[in-house]
Amino acid sequence: MLQAPVISARAWKRSTYRFTPELVILLGAALAFICFPYDLGFLTRTLIMMILVLSLDLILGYAGIASLGHAAMYGTGAYAAGLFAIHVTQEPVLGLFAGGAAGALAAWASGLLLLRTHGLAFLMLSIAVAAVLQDLASKVRSVTGGADGLTGITMGPVLGMFEFDLPGRTGFWYACAVLLIVTLSLQTTVNSAFGLALRGIKNSPTRMRAIGTPVYRRLVSAYVIAGAVAGIAGALSAQITALVSIESYSFSLSAEIMVMLILGGSGRLYGAILGTLIFAVIQHVAAAIDPFNWLFVIGVLLLTVVFFAPEGLLSVPIRLIRLARGSS
Amino acid sequence: MLVALSIIIDGVAYGMILFMISVGLSVTMGLMRIMNLAHGGFALIGGAIAHALTVRLGIDFVPAAILSIMTAVLISFALERIVYRPIYRLGELGQVLATIGVTFIIIAIVNFFLGSTLLPIRPPSFMTGSVTLGFKTLPMHRLIVIGAGAMVLVFLYWLIERTRFGIYLRASVDNHATAAALGINTSKIYAVTFALGAGLAALGGMLGAELLPLEAYYPLRYMVLFLTVVAVGGLGTITGSFAAAMGLGILDTGSRYLLSEFGTIVFFLAVMLLLSARPRGLLGRA
Repeated sequence: MLQAPVISARAWKRSTYRFTPELVILLGAALAFICFPYDLGFLTRTLIMMILVLSLDLILGYAGIASLGHAAMYGTGAYAAGLFAIHVTQEPVLGLFAGGAAGALAAWASGLLLLRTHGLAFLMLSIAVAAVLQDLASKVRSVTGGADGLTGITMGPVLGMFEFDLPGRTGFWYACAVLLIVTLSLQTTVNSAFGLALRGIKNSPTRMRAIGTPVYRRLVSAYVIAGAVAGIAGALSAQITALVSIESYSFSLSAEIMVMLILGGSGRLYGAILGTLIFAVIQHVAAAIDPFNWLFVIGVLLLTVVFFAPEGLLSVPIRLIRLARGSS
Repeated sequence: MLVALSIIIDGVAYGMILFMISVGLSVTMGLMRIMNLAHGGFALIGGAIAHALTVRLGIDFVPAAILSIMTAVLISFALERIVYRPIYRLGELGQVLATIGVTFIIIAIVNFFLGSTLLPIRPPSFMTGSVTLGFKTLPMHRLIVIGAGAMVLVFLYWLIERTRFGIYLRASVDNHATAAALGINTSKIYAVTFALGAGLAALGGMLGAELLPLEAYYPLRYMVLFLTVVAVGGLGTITGSFAAAMGLGILDTGSRYLLSEFGTIVFFLAVMLLLSARPRGLLGRA
């Protein structure tokens, strides 16, 4: 298991003051907005993926739950937000809450069972939950549109002020704002006593149980929070693309976000953000060259990271710095 | 009555396929303690080569089948040496990621050479007919699959219970460290077992092409199914894998016949209930 270094809460806090990911996200977004005004669709998708990968980081990087079915909560949030917009109200922010609540509910219902199992059974069941939901979404055609996807979603202006426009400027800043809020909330979460308990559980559940931590309950809570965030990511994608397809539940999505997280380095929130960015850019370039062999590229990327940079690409410069300091 | 008979014949045939493909996975995961998500890839490799030989080159089924199983075994042997050896010492997550990477690469290679369409295998003439029982005709293909599965079961039983290799294998499964200390060359046992599992997967992939259609995304599409068999049966037990494969095969076929709309959901709900009651599987050891 990849181990996050155990750092005391105070040292952790100090390091977050030096690194302010929020500032980096804002600057990066502004820069991207100015430099690539014609790629806003791609940039927005990347921002949404960042939110999803952050939510996976909470359970995988901090609590050590290796889920291969994270798309279950993303897809549930997407369908919930889509249906909410069609049947209830077109207000996007309320829709986000609906998506988040649906994701949390899906995580709670499946987590109660899943988190009782370990290893192979957990892995298999986490994939199975997403597979069952995907099957359900394709069968209940009258509600979800089946294999054609859920269409006919129209959104009102964000907060009653900002209309969704054709080039996708509103969508971009909307996703950016949500990403910022999610990053801040998750940062608070992982630095709280609850977050420290999660890191302790990841390192040794037995020890945490011995000192009186209700391990199972903490894990379920983490799973529900991650489910809510994943549901929000799904809701965003439903609102911005105005379409939900059964691909939202696909195994490839679950696997890809795990690759993004490992690429950047799990157990660090900015690792999740950086990994998503690297992955998205490589995918953008590789898919433009040859869409069919994109899978080959991910496969090689996966093996490379696992063998040569198991703590993520972000750890490479840190290790180099440490090496340089050690030798001087 | 006839429906019940159809369910049993189809279910048992389906279960035999699942057994052939998953038994290797159960042994690799139980013996080597690695999360091998790439196992379906070997079934695909066997099936894809058989497709290329029988359909594109027009070779007869039997020599093509033998050739493709041998190729799958050779590829698995090489992969074990190059990729899996370093994987053994990684944690669970690293193994999952690395084997997903291997799966993606296999899919991309098959896709590159044969495209993403269905890869049918031309069956031999003796497999296409049917047998009449007076009140019901049974497709020959199903009977051959059932026969082949039974032969694999008997062969594995003999290999594990009656040969020196089997003794070494059981010793390595039960206690790897002690087995190694007693002078058993465990890495050789591992390599042979891995290749055997891959060969059986290739056989199952070919024979099962009618039930589980072959195409480039095969390893991903059926990964959950194969993992389900292993998880339900329990790691490292051949009888467990067999019981799980039979049970799941009949359950899946039955729910598809009787509740065609929601077959998959019934199937997975049953599996989830079972695993929540017995997280280590039917015959899994604590």
